[in-house]
Amino acid sequence: MNSLDQKELSRPLQFRDPVRAKGLLGRLHRLASPDAGPRVSVMHVCGSHEQAIARFGLRSVLPEGLDVIMGPGCPVCVTDMPEVDEAVVLARQGFRIATYGDMLRVPGTAISLADAQAEGAKVDVVYSVSQAVELARSSTDEVVFFASGFETTAVATAAVLLAGPPANFSVLSAHKYIPPVMEIVAEMPSTRVQGFLAAGHAATITGFGIFEPFVERHGLPVVVAGFEPLDILAGLAKLVELVRAGRATVANMYPRCVTREGNRPAQERLWRVFRPVGGRWRGIAHVPNGNLRLRDEFAHVDARRRFEIDLASLWDEVPSPLAEACVCGNIMAGLSRPTDCRLFGSECVPERPVGACMVSTEGSCRIWHEYGGHPDLGGAP
Amino acid sequence: MCLGVPGRVIEVREGIATVDFWGVRRPVRLDVVDQPVGPGDWVLNHVGFAIRRIPEEEIGETLALYETLLSEASAEDSMARDVRAEIAAAGATAGDGSTG
Repeated sequence: MNSLDQKELSRPLQFRDPVRAKGLLGRLHRLASPDAGPRVSVMHVCGSHEQAIARFGLRSVLPEGLDVIMGPGCPVCVTDMPEVDEAVVLARQGFRIATYGDMLRVPGTAISLADAQAEGAKVDVVYSVSQAVELARSSTDEVVFFASGFETTAVATAAVLLAGPPANFSVLSAHKYIPPVMEIVAEMPSTRVQGFLAAGHAATITGFGIFEPFVERHGLPVVVAGFEPLDILAGLAKLVELVRAGRATVANMYPRCVTREGNRPAQERLWRVFRPVGGRWRGIAHVPNGNLRLRDEFAHVDARRRFEIDLASLWDEVPSPLAEACVCGNIMAGLSRPTDCRLFGSECVPERPVGACMVSTEGSCRIWHEYGGHPDLGGAP
Repeated sequence: MCLGVPGRVIEVREGIATVDFWGVRRPVRLDVVDQPVGPGDWVLNHVGFAIRRIPEEEIGETLALYETLLSEASAEDSMARDVRAEIAAAGATAGDGSTG
């Protein structure tokens, strides 16, 4: 406990409840000690978890024997290049693109929406899909909302479509659905993941019951956790306890926001508007049921079906040579760390990002770069 | 972007709540909230929509993270920026003129 105490003294983080934090850390250190068994590797699938872990310096107090890996939890990062290309082509074809801020600089095959904007295309950053609808209401432009985000965010897009947007509004959906990608990661032959920390606010919508079939199929525990440093410690302690005990079960450590059945009205709207279809995620390859696309009843507001998107117009463009060296895909799959990339912090920085992981505020590279560059990752290879 | 932000409902009118975020009042849509909400309730909000009513007795624990972020973090801090973006998203919710 002595070294733990020293670490606690030297770190900037003040836990809200230091006594409870000390108790949780003590438990975590006992559970993950070499005496208790081999190293433990767990994965979280949420950019906000990574932000909290890095920002509050949690890795510096975690036990040596525990690796906390960030998986495909950044919706902007897993948006595949062809999806960005569709938005870029629509922008060049004269449509007005509205999108969440982080999507602006995500590279497509050749260029990003920011590049298209610099060429003169109309691209607006919005904080909410409602704002994109307002843009359409207040102009005669055809407004295409390039929609990114996991199920939590897709619910808002669904609500707007159900409320009856103006005729000059449509959606280019790059929304993703988290539960299926956990299956893919669990099945990767090279995976070291022994359990998942599930994101609290996505589970607010879906409920934690959604993870029960996964747990049964893969024999891996899932713990739902919140975002406060204490919430994360409590979630990790529970997860390592389940791994050590060999108990594959779902535990909800965020009951103030997550229930077993989740937010039923939101689910009902989500699935009335969207259907899950298979598709590529950047770095993860094909994810069955991982992409949320508009149902046939919403074809009239689906930019993919309403407009011809001339992707062939990009065929002559030359991809950046640096992009070849980017390992964003492996990072999203939990196989590489940002510091494994030779571009990290040199050719690739937030001001001049090469890959999506350096663009998004939820991307591992951006987070590591911002909060110290090389946070202690314990014994990750 | 998946973080969401809590706030307290001041009033509800035609499916839109006026929500107080640390002294800033913004309209939030109630289309997808899990339970009926009224003045005095706490809600968790994401991209301008309330997604969950938070039990009163648990709000202190929920607020702690945000208070740390908003009081200590610099303007460039990614996590604090995402929280501020969530509050701004509420302001973007086509409103009833009650933004402030």
